[in-house]
Amino acid sequence: MKNLSKDPINLVVAGVGGQGNVMVSLVIGNALVHEGYFVTIGETYGSSQRGGSVMSHLKISAEKQFSPLIPEGQADVVLGMEPVETLRVLKSFGNQNVVTVVNPRPIHPVDFTGSGSGYPDIQSLLGQIKSMSARAYVVNATDEALKMGNAMLANMILIGALLKNSLIPLSEDALVPVIKDMFPKAVAANTKALKAGADLVSILN
Amino acid sequence: MPNIDMDAPGSNQLFIGNEAMARGALEAGIGFASAYPGTPSSEILGSLSEVAKKRDIYVEWSVNEKVAIEAGAAASFAGVRALVAMKMNGLNTVIDFLSTITLSGIGKKGIVVMVGDDPSAHSSSNETDSRPVSKWLDIPLVEPGDFQEAKDMMPFLYGISEEFGTISIMRSVTRIAHARGNIKLGEIPKIAHKARFEQYLDPAAPMPTPIMCVPSSFRHMFQHMRMDKVREKFESCSFNRYVGPDKPDLLIITAGSGWLYSQDAVNALKAENRIGILKLGTLWPLPEKLIKTHLSKADKVIFIEETDPFLEGVIMEYTAGFSPESKRNLFYGKHTRHLNSFGELTPDAVIKAITSVLDIKYAPRDAEYMKKVEAVPQGHVMDRLLTFCPGCPHRASFWAIKNALAMDGRNGFVTGDIGCYTMALGPAGFFQTRTHQCMGAGAGLANGFGQLSRFGFNQPVVSVVGDSTFYHSIIPALVNGVHNHSNFTLVILDNGATAMTGFQPHPGTELTAMGEPAAQISMENICRAIGARVEICDPFDLKDTTRTILDLVEQDQGARVAIMRRTCELVRQKKEKKPYKMQIDPDKCLGEDCGCNRLCTRVFRCPGLIWDAAAGKTRIDEVICTACGVCADICPEGAITKEAIA
Repeated sequence: MKNLSKDPINLVVAGVGGQGNVMVSLVIGNALVHEGYFVTIGETYGSSQRGGSVMSHLKISAEKQFSPLIPEGQADVVLGMEPVETLRVLKSFGNQNVVTVVNPRPIHPVDFTGSGSGYPDIQSLLGQIKSMSARAYVVNATDEALKMGNAMLANMILIGALLKNSLIPLSEDALVPVIKDMFPKAVAANTKALKAGADLVSILN
Repeated sequence: MPNIDMDAPGSNQLFIGNEAMARGALEAGIGFASAYPGTPSSEILGSLSEVAKKRDIYVEWSVNEKVAIEAGAAASFAGVRALVAMKMNGLNTVIDFLSTITLSGIGKKGIVVMVGDDPSAHSSSNETDSRPVSKWLDIPLVEPGDFQEAKDMMPFLYGISEEFGTISIMRSVTRIAHARGNIKLGEIPKIAHKARFEQYLDPAAPMPTPIMCVPSSFRHMFQHMRMDKVREKFESCSFNRYVGPDKPDLLIITAGSGWLYSQDAVNALKAENRIGILKLGTLWPLPEKLIKTHLSKADKVIFIEETDPFLEGVIMEYTAGFSPESKRNLFYGKHTRHLNSFGELTPDAVIKAITSVLDIKYAPRDAEYMKKVEAVPQGHVMDRLLTFCPGCPHRASFWAIKNALAMDGRNGFVTGDIGCYTMALGPAGFFQTRTHQCMGAGAGLANGFGQLSRFGFNQPVVSVVGDSTFYHSIIPALVNGVHNHSNFTLVILDNGATAMTGFQPHPGTELTAMGEPAAQISMENICRAIGARVEICDPFDLKDTTRTILDLVEQDQGARVAIMRRTCELVRQKKEKKPYKMQIDPDKCLGEDCGCNRLCTRVFRCPGLIWDAAAGKTRIDEVICTACGVCADICPEGAITKEAIA
């Protein structure tokens, strides 16, 4: 464990019910606690698995246990598993210093498909995400995960992208025991996904 | 889910509050645990059930909360520490038993009720605050202020329960019970539990047997005496503590998640030198002397607590008895509208309340950024309504109910109940559900509607319940309906699990909480034994299901039952691969020109179906679709096809 340049680091993981948001925060949180940090995780829930907006708030500290909710405008890092949800979180928790990592693959809301007016233009969404972040990165996590044979691997690809850019105080090595513990039957696939995330992530232009 | 019984004292782990409480119960040496699942309390018993055999303790998912608490009390009566867990709705249903065990006292070993409250009702039908029960019924109550306390309070609370011979309550809220944080593990003792119910009078026991609530007035007086002694104990309890300057400009009195939010707020406002926080862990009986000491050091006092102004009320009530020359405080909180007495607490709400009382300026982000926030078009962050999972049998069931009631044509409606299927209030279930109350209420209401024909009522009534709900609280309503010739159709959505709360077993499933073969109670046999006509169908067979419901509805007399049987999709997909290859033929899909006006994406609305506005066609999202095949049966053009995968 090391002292953090900002304490706590406030990380928001944004996605849609069923994507694996809770799993992402668990992987990161377990690894950080094993490294000696205090971690508090709060989740929007009730809508997990049911198509609603889901986010996890992680507060990472070298000093103490913080509350499970991040106040308005106080995110340091946003991990966006879906573009609309990334923008939604930036609206509430973003600020001039926030760093964002986004998976550009949309998940269409059912009420929206019903209204017929279509999902917002992806390029326009990404443009807004970029303008509302001090730095923004993009990684085509779902596309890569589907190539690897399982859409859920997108989550580990996104974590790889976070690590690559040192957005949380974790190394790939610190994740290995957590992956072995949480996914004993899919260690190789998850490790490969973690590396793929580090390779594929790029600055959002 | 972490292994809550890991043998690693002193190590740090990431636990949700419920797991911390379960670990605390193991460290307290419980021998018996019972519960009915309910968010946010379910993981307490869930995590204990995983380790029950190894730790040689008994764990059960009871049929409902009332049986759970009575079963737990029996263990206490026979000398085994017992834990009972439920959500606040469950606590409401066990008040009658609590009102007598508070008089009778307990056995030689303690019993603790852990109740999970759900402020903002994230996954509930109400947001009741459980704490007033402690004052009303004279029961000691504690509330953990973080994850470590959620664990550490358990051995303490069993000590209270046994020293004073009273049942005790731990209240937690969603943001502790379901949030995750660091836990430093302690030791789990090895205890050889020995159960025996002593039937003779034992004058040395805290309460002489037999364990009974009469003579009630005498025992009521005795419970008040016990509570005075508990109060003395609470005065010096380390779960109550103060941080801040000796003479703060503002004293925060808080408990539970409010403790963490208060620290966050003071930190965000950089007001550590101005604000003191008195954090209470033992809420009832109130540690009055401790509170009086801190009140004497500040003029202004604000209460930060979840849901109701409980501490605010009891502390202001207490200070009303102070002598005229005593120091008087200015109290702020929910009664002054600085905080809401509805919805959950947030760090922002606490910051806002403090800045208002102390007149501090606070802006979380600069004006330039706020311009960007305001410039985001509303359509770019559209709402996502909750819906049934892709492949959920309930979507098909409500499709059949909707069509059957439409064919019947007498303006029939559904009385709803508590489970995933509650979402049928909205577009997920085609707005079929028209009443929504507590568990069991849909069938009770149907009983009443079904007696109103003498007053001209002629609408078909369909009560829709889940399988776990059926065993929990529907059986008496069906007995009542058959006995009194009430006219309604009961539909049981049997997906083989308590799905809403995490797939816990129930009396109709194969295994007990401990993973042992259960005596499966057949719901159709129960219904037939009561005397109801019973039909069983597969909701994915839309034609047969619709016809069956229509036939039952048109019977128009007596209480009759349809069981719609199909495994929860989340359970199925863990065991099996996708059954079909789903495709949409773009040449057959008529898009906007479809005779039924895009029935699939506008009305049926499975998340696996996407309306591709550019192409003017429907397509399938391969990541979301679980290939249940139901949409192939609703497409009027046959554009959606399912092909069985060998």
